[in-house]
Amino acid sequence: MGKANMENYFKQKQSKGDNLFVPYIMAGDGGLEVLKERVLFLQDCGVAAIEIGIPFSDPVADGPTIQAAGKRALENGTTLSGVLKALQAFKDERKVPIILMTYVNPVYRYGLASFAQDCAIAGVDGVIVPDIPIEEEKFIADELQSESLAFIRLAALTSTKDRLIEIAERSEGFLYAVAVTGTTGAREAYGDEVKAYLEMLKSNSSVPVLAGFGVSTPEQAQTLSSYCDGVIVGSTIVEFFHRGDTEKIQQLIQDTTHPAIIG
Amino acid sequence: MTTYTAPDKNGRYGNFGGRFVPELLMPALLELETVYEKAKLDPAFQESLDYYLKQYIGRETPLYFAEHLTQKLSGAQIYLKREDLNHTGAHKINNTIGQALLTKRMGKQKVVAETGAGQHGVATATVCALLDLDCIVFMGEEDIRRQKLNVFRMELLGAEVRSVSQGSGTLKDAVNEALRYWVNNVEDTHYILGSVVGPHPFPQIVRDLQSVIGKETKQQIVEQTGSLPDAVIACVGGGSNAMGMFYPFIEDNEVKLYGVEAGGAGIETKQHAATLSSGSIGILHGTMTHLLQDDHGQIEEAFSISAGLDYPGVGPEHSHLHALKRVSYTSITDEEALEAFQILSRTEGIIPALESAHAVAYALKLATKMDPKEKIVICLSGRGDKDVEQVKNTLEGK
Ligand SMILES: Cc1ncc(COP(=O)(O)O)c(C=O)c1O
Repeated sequence: MGKANMENYFKQKQSKGDNLFVPYIMAGDGGLEVLKERVLFLQDCGVAAIEIGIPFSDPVADGPTIQAAGKRALENGTTLSGVLKALQAFKDERKVPIILMTYVNPVYRYGLASFAQDCAIAGVDGVIVPDIPIEEEKFIADELQSESLAFIRLAALTSTKDRLIEIAERSEGFLYAVAVTGTTGAREAYGDEVKAYLEMLKSNSSVPVLAGFGVSTPEQAQTLSSYCDGVIVGSTIVEFFHRGDTEKIQQLIQDTTHPAIIG
Repeated sequence: MTTYTAPDKNGRYGNFGGRFVPELLMPALLELETVYEKAKLDPAFQESLDYYLKQYIGRETPLYFAEHLTQKLSGAQIYLKREDLNHTGAHKINNTIGQALLTKRMGKQKVVAETGAGQHGVATATVCALLDLDCIVFMGEEDIRRQKLNVFRMELLGAEVRSVSQGSGTLKDAVNEALRYWVNNVEDTHYILGSVVGPHPFPQIVRDLQSVIGKETKQQIVEQTGSLPDAVIACVGGGSNAMGMFYPFIEDNEVKLYGVEAGGAGIETKQHAATLSSGSIGILHGTMTHLLQDDHGQIEEAFSISAGLDYPGVGPEHSHLHALKRVSYTSITDEEALEAFQILSRTEGIIPALESAHAVAYALKLATKMDPKEKIVICLSGRGDKDVEQVKNTLEGK
């Protein structure tokens, strides 16, 4: 479990020549009952890991789609402890690494040490906290470390070169390269600077580099994957699940993971 | 208290503060910090700030001895620091003028801001008109309803007002949207945050810019009476007028400092905004501070009759001063504030902002327990013109 599990799982995927595809889903959207079904569905689709979002009342890094999903989840009564219990219940049916994406306040309220311990018990492998930059990471990094959980860092297009190198060098599990200057949500196109940015991160990171934020089409996913190791897709997956469009999810994952097949 | 040096270089006030923001914003915060540190040492910056404070905003504001109110209470002598007399009618412009000048120094042409009562929005739109900056203001739907005239005022000044329907449609939600807008436009836009909240260096910059209030007060009270006041009272929403008033007095232990939060329907109900009096520690809008939140770390809605105090967090420096016990934090209910609003209007011919009426209401209680030789200064953070319609409706039971 934990960091090592995630890194091994990625190696296996990559040794088959696959691009890594990491979907994001909002825990509790559609009810916590569907969490298991969605996770196992994505696992069967061949994803490299699954990011599970914990809903928060004030998600400042998120665009409209994930905000709306979080709101639905909160209205369903979703809590961090509820999600951890739900994950623990079907731990043995999973091989795919699980990453929790949560704003810092629910974790702080839960208690940092208990959070890390309960993540380990629930079979969580890594954690992303979008509102903890490197300056504040001492806040949580030691607790995650002591449970061997991967603390996944985010890089941004606005970061200076020195910061990017520092972030890349600290990265664990994978490096989350935010590919837009903005919040989550589908985008039409990526800037020209994205290629150089991803390649630069790649050359400084010992773990895979995945591009995220804004990915909505197989073409975007393939293009970004050609500059790094794969993609993270959030809003689009969240919206497909919300609409019950699971076929489109399967298609997007296949087209991205094995681009050669569709040519 | 020995020398007071907060914040440290990481933007910490004791355990509070910090920079809990997405990486995307870190470069902008670091740039702002650098530009601000340089500006502070640059006499040209101070000179142009002083120029606008005096010639445009109308400082210094008077420290007025409220003789009639004092007589009525027959307790301590009450002085009003007249921030209501600033251009645009509140203390908010002390901050926006400084941050607009910093925006220029950073070579940015666009400004985004949040607003609750509309006072900070108006103060931002005003300095943007003055200094020819593009301005977008996010304002909660509910606040737009409560403060229609201020919306028109901002538009008249050339700003674009965007309505925020998420959450309770009040100040917290407007801050979320302004932050999201900043995340999406950080390269050419500066965020003029309106209080001593948010990630470092905002709490420090806003405090420093607002501390002109306390500096003038200290000098004026000594000139007028020969000594420092015994008590200083300010209302606390995010806490900028209070920090600006308190900061120059922090090391003067003989001066008691009181921060007054919005007690809404009473702090025993859930309908209030009394973060320090009844909240718990957490992280919101980039800073560690006291919050209104549930057991799962979800932020709860704040309630107050005054839109400007309707915020479920508070500046981190207030949490620090609370922990140090240097400032006493209390709360005043909607009802008490409404009463003080009317009392000050009748006795002194000064209609206070509903926010400031909270400070007045606490002074009414405190003064009667003090000796007539003692002195209280109230920070009268703004004027009540914006609130007249709402107060009329409330008093008429609408
Ligand atoms: C007149 C007045 N006083 C006080 C406040 C509260 O803000 P702060 O606590 O930052 O001074 C506001 C906010 O809009 C205001 O308009």
